[in-house]
Parts: sequence; structure tokens; C-alpha cells
Amino acid sequence: MLLIDCPWCGRRDQSEFSYHGEAHIVRPDDPQALSDEQWGDFLFARNNPKGMHFERWMHSHGCRRWFNAARNTHTDRIKATYPPGDPPPEPGA
Amino acid sequence: MTQVNRLPDGGRLNRAKVIRFWYDDKKYEGYPGDTLASALLANGVRLVGRSFKYHRPRGIFSAGAEEPNALVQLESGPYTEPNRRATEVELYEGLVAHSQNCWPSVGFDLGALSSRLSRLLPAGFYYKTFMWPRALWMTYEKFIRKAAGLGRAPSEPDPDSYDKLHAHCDVLVVGGGPAGLRAACAAGATGARVMLVDEANEVGGHLLLGQHTDIGGLVANRWITERLAELNQMAQATLLTRTTVTGYYDYNFLVANERVTEHLGPNRGDKAPKERLWKIRAKQVVLATGSIERPLVFADNDRPGVMLASAVRAYINRFGVLPGKRIVVLTNNDSAYHTALDAKRAGAAVEIVDIRPDPAGEPIEWARSLDIPIHVNSALSAVGYARGKITQVTVMTLSPDGNEVRGEARHLRCDVVAVSGGWTPTVHLFSQAKGKLEFSDDLHCFVPAAADDATDDTTHSLFCAGACRGSYTLAECLTEGRDAGLAAAAAAGFADTPETVAEAAVEPAPPPASQRHAPQYGPRYGPMRALWILPCDHPIGEGAKKHFHELHNDSTIADIALAAREGFESVEHLKRYTTTGMGTDQGKTSNLNALVALSDLRGAPIPALGATTFRPPYTPLTFGAIIGQERRELFLQKRTTPMHAWHDRHGAVYEDVGDWKRPFYFPKEGEDMRAAVRRECLAARNAVGILDASTLGKIDIVGEDAVKLLNMVYTNAWNRLAPGRCRYGLMVNEHGMVFDDGVTTRLGEHHYHMTTTTGGAARVLNWLEEWLQTEWFGRAKVYCTSVTEQWAVASISGPHSRALLAELCEQPVDGESFPFMSMQQFAVAGIPARVFRISFTGELAFEINVPARFGLALWQALWQAGEKYGICPYGTEAMHVLRAEKGFIIAGQDTDGTVTPMDLGMDWLVSKTKDDFVGKRSFSRTDTARAGRKQLVGLRTETPDFVLPEGAHVVEKLLDAPPMKMLGHVSSSYLSPNAGRSIALALIKDGFKRKGETLEVALTDGGSHRVTVTDTVFFDSEGERARD
Repeated sequence: MLLIDCPWCGRRDQSEFSYHGEAHIVRPDDPQALSDEQWGDFLFARNNPKGMHFERWMHSHGCRRWFNAARNTHTDRIKATYPPGDPPPEPGA
Repeated sequence: MTQVNRLPDGGRLNRAKVIRFWYDDKKYEGYPGDTLASALLANGVRLVGRSFKYHRPRGIFSAGAEEPNALVQLESGPYTEPNRRATEVELYEGLVAHSQNCWPSVGFDLGALSSRLSRLLPAGFYYKTFMWPRALWMTYEKFIRKAAGLGRAPSEPDPDSYDKLHAHCDVLVVGGGPAGLRAACAAGATGARVMLVDEANEVGGHLLLGQHTDIGGLVANRWITERLAELNQMAQATLLTRTTVTGYYDYNFLVANERVTEHLGPNRGDKAPKERLWKIRAKQVVLATGSIERPLVFADNDRPGVMLASAVRAYINRFGVLPGKRIVVLTNNDSAYHTALDAKRAGAAVEIVDIRPDPAGEPIEWARSLDIPIHVNSALSAVGYARGKITQVTVMTLSPDGNEVRGEARHLRCDVVAVSGGWTPTVHLFSQAKGKLEFSDDLHCFVPAAADDATDDTTHSLFCAGACRGSYTLAECLTEGRDAGLAAAAAAGFADTPETVAEAAVEPAPPPASQRHAPQYGPRYGPMRALWILPCDHPIGEGAKKHFHELHNDSTIADIALAAREGFESVEHLKRYTTTGMGTDQGKTSNLNALVALSDLRGAPIPALGATTFRPPYTPLTFGAIIGQERRELFLQKRTTPMHAWHDRHGAVYEDVGDWKRPFYFPKEGEDMRAAVRRECLAARNAVGILDASTLGKIDIVGEDAVKLLNMVYTNAWNRLAPGRCRYGLMVNEHGMVFDDGVTTRLGEHHYHMTTTTGGAARVLNWLEEWLQTEWFGRAKVYCTSVTEQWAVASISGPHSRALLAELCEQPVDGESFPFMSMQQFAVAGIPARVFRISFTGELAFEINVPARFGLALWQALWQAGEKYGICPYGTEAMHVLRAEKGFIIAGQDTDGTVTPMDLGMDWLVSKTKDDFVGKRSFSRTDTARAGRKQLVGLRTETPDFVLPEGAHVVEKLLDAPPMKMLGHVSSSYLSPNAGRSIALALIKDGFKRKGETLEVALTDGGSHRVTVTDTVFFDSEGERARD
């Protein structure tokens, strides 16, 4: 079970959190201007890397706030957690 | 005669007290300190079960967690537990156990016939019967299910209680042998919070096997006592015995199962739980999990009486039991000589068969000095067995390459064969922690590989010490234990002060001269002959003799050869095809020897074959321990409304909606569900019905940007909703699919009250929060608060609802003063209320919201005042019928995540003027805009009172057999008292265009029912009644 450092509460068991997929997918300002392919990409295309993955979590049984985590999908090591809106950490940081 | 094999003294037993127990309905005696296995051996019970596949007789093989044979059904009735290893069950007064997998009895087993038929039960038997011929599997299955049972699951609820505990520590030491004890003391002395966990009933590990082991001038016993005293003085140290660490997960999260009162017997634990599951988050972990002896594989090596040499030694020294009168020790290394010495001293006739050509060294000299015959360069080529006992073994000389036996056959009389093929480090937890294993060519086993700091990105922080990393001498165990303990404490932030180092630096001293024959060390190898699969006078696999590498699942070397011949060469395939290592013992004594066999067959070294991955749990966990207290309401809570007591008093039948208990219907004396629902439906349209709507999800939305949020998450527009007005809205996701609906009311300038479906309340709140916190992070000024439980809601519906409300308030509530789709705040029955004039029944209706604490008072006031109007409480079923009569959808019943508002015929709810809202772009996707989508329509059955089953498929014409084109399914279906017939809603391909068409609904009995496609509204199609 992961130990996740909630940016607001500190380190807590994974069972307090829920996972919400890839982070930093920005909703287009004007979805109507997009082609079906572009909109489809926004809706469905996701990275599935072996290695560093930026993803969204929510402290659902805690402060109920959302944040992002940089997690290595291979080792499960979480390099950083940070509030939504913050840029992702530099690779290797 | 009782306890025929009990030694006159010795063992860690309390001989002052006699314990009586029952095994296979016979009464026996033992002592506190015994395990079931040791007590059975003391009583001369050799046969403890039948093997899994061939039903061969089997006996106790080991003295610990690795036991593959002695699985018993412990206790009976609700307390019964299958597959308990007799070697781990502590004896208590009145214990009842039965052998498993034998019918009708362990001595005479009909299934043993399958042993004769073994050619018909090769490796991969199950897979082959699955594959071909398919029809025969049905026949095999009955036979296999009966024959292959491993114990019986209890059929009654478990009366025991179980518990869970979370714990945190700086250093967790797993294993209480010499290395673990040393590590715990060293780490604890630095001030670190230490936990020491051991699976046995007392710490000591391998030290408990040898009586005379000497450590720094202390016998092992004294040394253990001193270490325990040391730990006891540390306030921050926790010692857990009878506790097995079964899993090692990410970020040093370990699960351990403590058997708290199980060893006392059923019902003797007072209020303490039977087992307690520890969830431990450790900063650092020291694995001191020891090692398990590895057997040798020889002809008929599964006979009862063939035991691990270390087990024989444990029974002699720890339990005061001499398992046999004449013991043959078969070994490829030095460690088994200690068993020979101890057995000889205990009074057994002992002979050693050593497969090495020229064993030499101290243990060999000690054996010679006790006149123990040693047959060198020899192997057992046959085991004589009669009437449940080994009678003799046949010894022959090994060829130099170890592939054959030759020369004269010597017969040694014996009743026990103690066997040792070296030791296997217990690396299960290390492997679970994603640790890499490497094969040691010196030790001929897998050991933990050193971590590579440069590439290691692990979430585990651990140290290994002692036998689990292949360090077998006591001196190594003690030194490594101390070093690992100090290193772990330092890594957890506790510096090793000079004092603690000095304290810990007690080195083991050489044994005093008086104890020359006492083994100084625990398991110690000496040079080993790298041979584990011993030949016999026939090629392996031919003739009647069987070479079992895997006792638990009855797998032989011949099975491995078959698997390899059929192409199952990879270790992972081999494992599954032969089921090696897939028993409840996870192959603790069989995995390595299977690899040896495969390596020989393929001519490839073991490291090139690789090893299978160890997965949790190390030993099986009971469901009770995993579940703990999380049963019934503690697993799934029961949510009730403030009016629940009233519903109880009035005979409500409940329906589960989410976690809520909602009244389903209120039957009167003698009424069935149909009659009650009919009465309720009629009352709500002809008099006044009252519904407890408190469970509806309610979200309070406040802030300057509240309207921006509503415009984003609802498909319709919210800018022009005036304060005090209500509006219905549909929520869709970005894919354009409906997932919730409800009425939202503007309470003030920037203040809204949103309602959601009962089951969707949490989902909708999360959805709103997701938008606020991620898309508009910090920029939108809105706060959302769940107020579902703060408000109790009584919904009154029907022509008399207005008169009833008027009676209880001082406010004019006529249609002009209080119009449809508006909200007013005033007192109802003296209780401050928000009254919403909205309707889910299509009738004139009011939803009266009061603070939850007044819910019951409001309900009772309405009930009393309503009597003269014929007020009738109605439940969720009547509510469903009433709304279906009006064609109102239920999100999640008439939608399934693939339905757009347009599919529901609710285009009028989708704004054409808003630039953007969630899901808008998806409405113009090719798939959502195409023709041929399923659309919501009504169905009228040909027979007016025939109610279609919900979920039934709709087709144009039912054919004799599939395939046929499915047009859709029935989503809602009821008998409608107000429409006077059966009504249904259905999602049907091109449904809107099909109105008037006749279709068929397939029924489960193979028949069908004809239906006509209609509009979705079955009652008051003008919608005048609600607006009245």
C-alpha cells in the first residue's frame, strides 16, 4: 500500500485516497473549435508510460482536496506531490 | 499405552499437566507446549492424511510452516477450519481434529484406487480434461470435486471475533531467531521504536532445536531469556509471538497475523479476539526469517516416517518426542549429523547414509565417536513400507556422476528416515518487497542480491540478516543481526552511540571442553554434494516407485519430465502445469528441487531458468482475520432518515437505496406488495400521499461564481433563474452521457440548493469539487457543501396536498401566491421550513424541507392533519410507478451511461445558446449525432395486465434461435393503477420513429410478448395536474 504525501495533510495510507487518472490534461478553451479527432484525443488519449507518470489523486477520506503526484509506474515510488495548477516537477528532480 | 514415543525428560513442555485431545475420534494425551503434530508423534500416530491426487498415505514431514502433508480439519461445527498444519496447531485441552482428503477413513481410503490409476492422472490432467473432449469434463468434474477436496469450509457463521490494529515503528524485525533477537536488541538500545515479530509461540528460532548450543558462555535458553529481559526493559519495544508476517507491501507496509487466543481453544478467549491482523508501517525492516531445510528426492520418499532431519531434531529437543526407534539419516551435508547425534543420545538406533564419497570434519568425527554407522557414497534406492510404517530402506552405492545406483543392496531396518538436502533461505518476504534474488553457486540456493544503489528506486527499506541471506553459522547470524539492527536504527534516524555498539559487541565464544559433542552452531553445512534427486534401480518414472519433489500437490519428477516433453519448459509454465508450489505451503520444500529436475532435463543451469515470484501471503490467512470487525453494519452502514422510527411502527418494508433504508411500501394487514402499491398509487393521485424524500442528495452552493458552475455542469441555462425559483437539470459527463438529474433552486443572489438522486449524491459532489479544484483551481469563487443529512423532507402529493399544507401554515399557498417550480420559506406546523412546489409524481405536490431534528415532528403533524384527507404514506415502489406513469426518468435505471439527453427526448433541456458546458462538444461527435441510436420510448403490452420483466430484450420478431437483432431493452416496467394497465419504458434503436410499431419482447421462458411502441407519458399527458 502506497504512502502518499498529501500536500495539505502529510503522509497517509493509500486507502484514504482515490485515483483520478492522468494529470495536466487541460480542457480546451473552445471545445467547439476542435475536430472530432482532437476532441477524441482530449477525451480518451492517455499516456501509459513505464516510468514517471503525472497523475491526479484526491484525499477522499481526508481533506477531500485534489492534488497531483509524480509516480514511477514501474517502482511505485512517488517522487513528488503538488497542488493542482502547479507545474510538474522537472524530470530527475 | 499412551505417548509411546515420549522421551522421559527434555523438551519445552509442562509435564505436570496432561492435555486430552481427540484425533479422528480417538482420544490421546499430550502436554502443554506440544503442537498437534508433536503430540500425535508422541502417541505413535504416523498416518495423518492422504495425498491430494493419488491418495497415498502421508505422515508428518516437518515441524513448522513448511508442512506439506499434515493438514487437518480443526474443530467442528461453526469453529471448524480446514487445512490447518498440525505442526503449527498448539495443543489445548479438548482439541478435536480430523484427517482430511480420506474417505471413508485415513486407514482405508477408496480414493487410493486412483494411485493404481496414476497413469491416467498425469501432470496437466486438469488442463487436458478441460480441453478435450469437452463433453467429458462434466463427467470428470463430479469425480474430481469429490476426490480432490482439501478439507471442508464451515457451513455456519463464524462465532469468533477478529480484530485489526494499525501500528507504526522505526524498526520492524521479522523473525525471533538469534539474528532477529540480536537485531531487535541492538536497534532498541539506540532508542528506536522496535517491533519484534515471530510466528512461533516463543522466540528462539533454530536455537530451540538444539539443547546445548552455547553463546558467549550461556546455553541458548539463558541467552534467549537475557535478550527478552533486555527487550522488556525498553518501553518503546513491542514483542509479538504467535504472529506471522504474511505480506510485505510498498512503502514498508507489512501485514502480520497474531493468533491471540486461538491456542486456547474455541470459546476460551474471553473477550479477546481469536486473531488480530496487524497493519504495520515500519520506517526500516530487518528480515531475519531464517531458513527451511530442503529435502532429498528418492524412490517413494513420501512414505509416512520420512521427515526432514531438522524436524526430527526439533521433536527430540523441543518437544521431547523420539519419532522412531530406528532412524536412518539421509544427507548430502553436515547439518543432519546433529540430528543423528541427538537421536542417538535420545536412545534411538541410528545409521547415517551420506551421499558424499568422503565426508570429513568434526560432526563426522562426533558421529563416529558415538558408534553411529555411516554409509558413505550411498543412496536409498527403496523404502519398504507395510501396515502404515516404514520397515526398512535399501541402500546402494552411488555412481560418481550420481545418475545411478549400483552394487550390492544393503537393507537397513528402520521406522524413520530423517532427510536433509541442505537449507533454503526463507526469502519470501524479501521477494515480495521486490528484492532481487541471485543464485549462489556455493550454497546452491537463491539468496538476496545486494541492492544496487545507483539504479534502485525501491519503495522498501530493509536489511537482511542471518540464515535468510544464506549465513548459516550462529556467529554470522549474531554479527549480522547486530549490524542490521544498528544500520536499520541509524537509517530510521537513531545514531548508534558508542555505548550501544560496545554493548552489542558480544561475540560467541568457543564451546567449553565439557560440551565437545554439543553442536556449537545451528544449521551448518560443511561441504555439500550437489545432488538432490537420487536414482533408484529403475529409471525415474518407470516402475512402481515414485519420486516426489512436491508432496503437497502430489507432483513427481516424472511429471516434470512430462511437462518438459510437452514443451512446458519455462519455470512459470512448469509451475502451473505440474502445480508445483501451488499448494497452501507455496512449495516451501519443493520449489528448488523442481528447479534441479528441470535444470537436469534441459541441461541448463538453475540461474538460467529463473525462479517463480513469491506472493503474499507467506502462510494462509483466514477470512476472519482479513475481515476483522468489518461485518454487517460495520462493513456496510445502514443510513436511516429522521422518520425511520415512524416507518418501523407502520410496518414499512424497506428497500436498499445506496446505503439508505427507504420504505419500499407500507402493506396493511393481509395486503401483498401489489395490493399495497396499488392503494398507495391511487391515494397519491386521488387524495394525498406522503413520501419520505429525506434521502435525496442535497448540496448547498454558495459564491459569486455559483451560476457559472451550474451553467458548466448542467446542460440547460441558469442565468435567468430568479431567486425563489426552481429548475430541473440534467448532468452529463464530457462524453455527453447523462449521469444524474435533479432540481436546483436559487435561494438568494449567490446561493443555490441543488438536489441529486439518492444514490448519486456523493458522486455529484465529487464531480462539482473536481471542476472547482482542478479546472478552475483557486479561480472560481464557489463553495459546495453536502447538506443531505441536515434536511428532512416530507413530500406530499395529490389533490388534497394544498389543503393539508394550508392547514399547517399561515401562508397563502394557492396557485398564484405559490406557483409551480418555486420555493418559499415559512413555518409548517410551527417548524421553520423550506417548501418547494415541485413534483416527481406529476400531481400537485409540495416538498417540505425542515432541519433534520424536526423531521419526525413534521411527519407526525402532517399525518395527524392529513387523516381527514385520507393521507396515505407511500414508498419507493409507488414513487417509481407514479413517475413512470408520467414518463419521468430515473438516472441509472432508464439511463446506463450510454444515453444522451437527445436519446431521452429531452432536447429541450439542452441549451442552444450557451457557448460551452460539460459534454456539449460531444453532442456533435459522429457517434452521438448518428441515426440508429437507442431512444427512450413507452411500451404498451398486448395483454393489459401483463408486466414485462425489466431488462428483457426487445426484438422485431422473435426467431426460433439466435442470432437475431436486438433493438434494445425494457428499462422500467410496472402495473399502473392510474393508467389501468401495464406500462413500460424502453431504450430502443430508432425508437422515436417506431412509435405505433408492434415489436416483441423476449421472455426467459423462451416465449415472447407483443408490445406497441408509444410515447413515454401514460397519464395526464398535458401535465396540468402539477400546475394546478
